[in-house]
Amino acid sequence: MATAALKLDNVKKNFGDSQIITGLDLEVLQGERHAIIGPNGAGKSTMFHLISGLYEVSSGKIALNGRNITNMAPHKINRLGLARSFQITNIFPNMTVFQNVRCALLWTKGYKYSIWHLCDRLKKVNAQAHEILERIKLSSMANEKAAVLSYADQRALEIGITIACGADIIMLDEPTAGMSNQETTQAVALIKSVTEGKTLLIVEHDMGVVFDLADRISVLVYGKIIATGTPDEVRCDPKVQEAYLGKEAVECSA
Amino acid sequence: MIDNTTMDSAEIKGGQAVQSGFSGAAIAKWAGIWLGFILISLALPKIFDSRFAMSMFNQMGIAIVFALSFNMLLGQGGLLSFGHAVFYGMGGFGAIHVLCMVNDGELRIYTELLPLAGGIFAAILGFILGFISTRRAAIPFALITMGIGELLLASSLLLPSFFGGEEGIAGDRWTEITLLPFKYGKSIEVYYLILIWMFLSVAAMYLLTKTPLGQMANAVRDNHQRAQFIGYDPHKVRTFQFTLAAFFAGIAGGLFAINYEMVTAENLGMLPSTDILMMTVIGGITYFFGPILGAIFITFLQLVVSNVTHAWMLYFGIMFIIMIMWAPDGLAGLIMRHQPIWRAKRMTKILPSYLAALVPGLVMFAGVIVLVEIMFHISLSIDPESPLSIMGVSFRAQAFMPWAVGILLLGVGGYLFKLAARRVNQAWKTVLAEIKQEGV
Ligand SMILES: Nc1ncnc2c1ncn2[C@@H]1O[C@H](COP(=O)(O)OP(=O)(O)OP(=O)(O)O)[C@@H](O)[C@H]1O
Ligand SMILES: [Mg+2]
Repeated sequence: MATAALKLDNVKKNFGDSQIITGLDLEVLQGERHAIIGPNGAGKSTMFHLISGLYEVSSGKIALNGRNITNMAPHKINRLGLARSFQITNIFPNMTVFQNVRCALLWTKGYKYSIWHLCDRLKKVNAQAHEILERIKLSSMANEKAAVLSYADQRALEIGITIACGADIIMLDEPTAGMSNQETTQAVALIKSVTEGKTLLIVEHDMGVVFDLADRISVLVYGKIIATGTPDEVRCDPKVQEAYLGKEAVECSA
Repeated sequence: MIDNTTMDSAEIKGGQAVQSGFSGAAIAKWAGIWLGFILISLALPKIFDSRFAMSMFNQMGIAIVFALSFNMLLGQGGLLSFGHAVFYGMGGFGAIHVLCMVNDGELRIYTELLPLAGGIFAAILGFILGFISTRRAAIPFALITMGIGELLLASSLLLPSFFGGEEGIAGDRWTEITLLPFKYGKSIEVYYLILIWMFLSVAAMYLLTKTPLGQMANAVRDNHQRAQFIGYDPHKVRTFQFTLAAFFAGIAGGLFAINYEMVTAENLGMLPSTDILMMTVIGGITYFFGPILGAIFITFLQLVVSNVTHAWMLYFGIMFIIMIMWAPDGLAGLIMRHQPIWRAKRMTKILPSYLAALVPGLVMFAGVIVLVEIMFHISLSIDPESPLSIMGVSFRAQAFMPWAVGILLLGVGGYLFKLAARRVNQAWKTVLAEIKQEGV
């Protein structure tokens, strides 16, 4: 069996006295699209912060492609091939939209802290940045300051920055939050196309999106994963129905 | 990697590149600006050749390099340093010690390269101190830089062989070991040397804003957290940026050492640190060229106004506060704000309102001058009873009339200025609406 893209082993997190993550065990397989669902405040974003290195775990172990990344610095985890987006838009507000995306390409293209290259002359990098802008439909805003974008456009840019990193594991935290139906449909198509051949871990509230996108789903409630499985398995799990989907939820064929 | 056929040149904006077509017009514009800058610099000493003017130009050139290096931290990196003069001063000491060794025959180094020695010395120090101070930005950084400045100033007394105690270290720039056919006896020769270093430094600092490091310095300034999630260590970005800023401050310090042939510990203290902060902020930190304007303008004021009045620090302070409150983007911001109107060829629509505001503005300013000078005269002059003279008018500072005149000018001027400012606002609104409507 191939090593899991991501493996969480009894990960816990306390903030002071309150334990928010009470013991996470999760395996995200290579190349799968894995969705995390759960009620507000369940700890989904906190779990993302723990995996991506923003927060230190209180205990437990996290492995990326079999490699221990527990409590590693975020930039190091990113360089190992994990990119993430944020639930609350997290961009570079005083730089242009184009520059936002281009900055996200610089490390993976090997330019590091170079003072010997002029960014405007990096033909491939610029072409790729423009291509990403094309994909997230922001080409026409390329030279605007990111701060002046509309909310939906900033959400798109958030995804653009994340995918520009060229990582094989992409984590998206509620990418469609606050979007209209039409914008959501576009975003889902975009997510599908950019994660082709990659591993996706996505937090999402919109059940339509989840069932459309995910190969497997994990349900997070009160800092614990109570069920993992295919959309159908999860839908029919009585624990899930009780805790999250609600009694009247769905008919099950099983 | 390098290919300029498809990708674009850029405009300066906040030390960032803004994509634009790599058009002939854009190149011509930039070539024009640089050429104009060079021609003016070469013509200046021909037009104004007094001792005073030459010394002022030399100071301006040095201040330009120093202010731009400060803005590598503040404007481009979001790092507010209260101790940037440490690298200016240490660059000066580095250069003057090398010069002393050349004077003593222990070393053979071209005089022209002394600023480079200062820059390298400052950069080494900058790397170490930058590593220590930039782990976090914002307030911890500001306080640490302040502490380092005070620390070095205090330790200068403990290391007299390096800092030269109160008198500082002096050298003789007339060394016979030069690259150019200059002996640096005349101040015009020093001017040309400063000019060369200034242009090299300005160009280098400008290009640096467009490198991966320069771009990431902007990114870390905007959002250091997100920068981590695209593979960058903000601490390293800041450390490298800090090192480069120290390097150019050191070059400025080296030029200072050549210009004055003398460096004292005061050059690295709090005073020059705050000076350069104010210069840069008044010039404007969001545009690359802002600090250049600030350096020229403030150096001019410092030299000219301080000749005319003892109260110049006070005027300087008033101006700084006014700028912070009403023009936080500095002189450069004030100018660039007019760009859309200029492009739409609508400047004539707002200029009359400016002129209308200028008159009451000057009246108000005259009121401020009268009052400030009277107060200064009464409280600080050697003989307060001696007549005070402002712009050729002599009077007793203790008399009632001058006070009344001052208050009247201030009050009436202020009131009219307020009305005029409203008209300026109105004119702006109208013009912007027009431009928007026509989509020019
Ligand atoms: N830094 C922190 N300090 C203290 N408590 C925190 C912190 N971050 C999160 N929490 C708490 O942890 C709990 C889980 O938060 P989290 O943001 O992970 O939830 P979530 O599942 O992402 O919810 P949502 O669906 O609303 O995004 C919340 O009760 C929150 O108040
Ligand atoms: Mg959340």
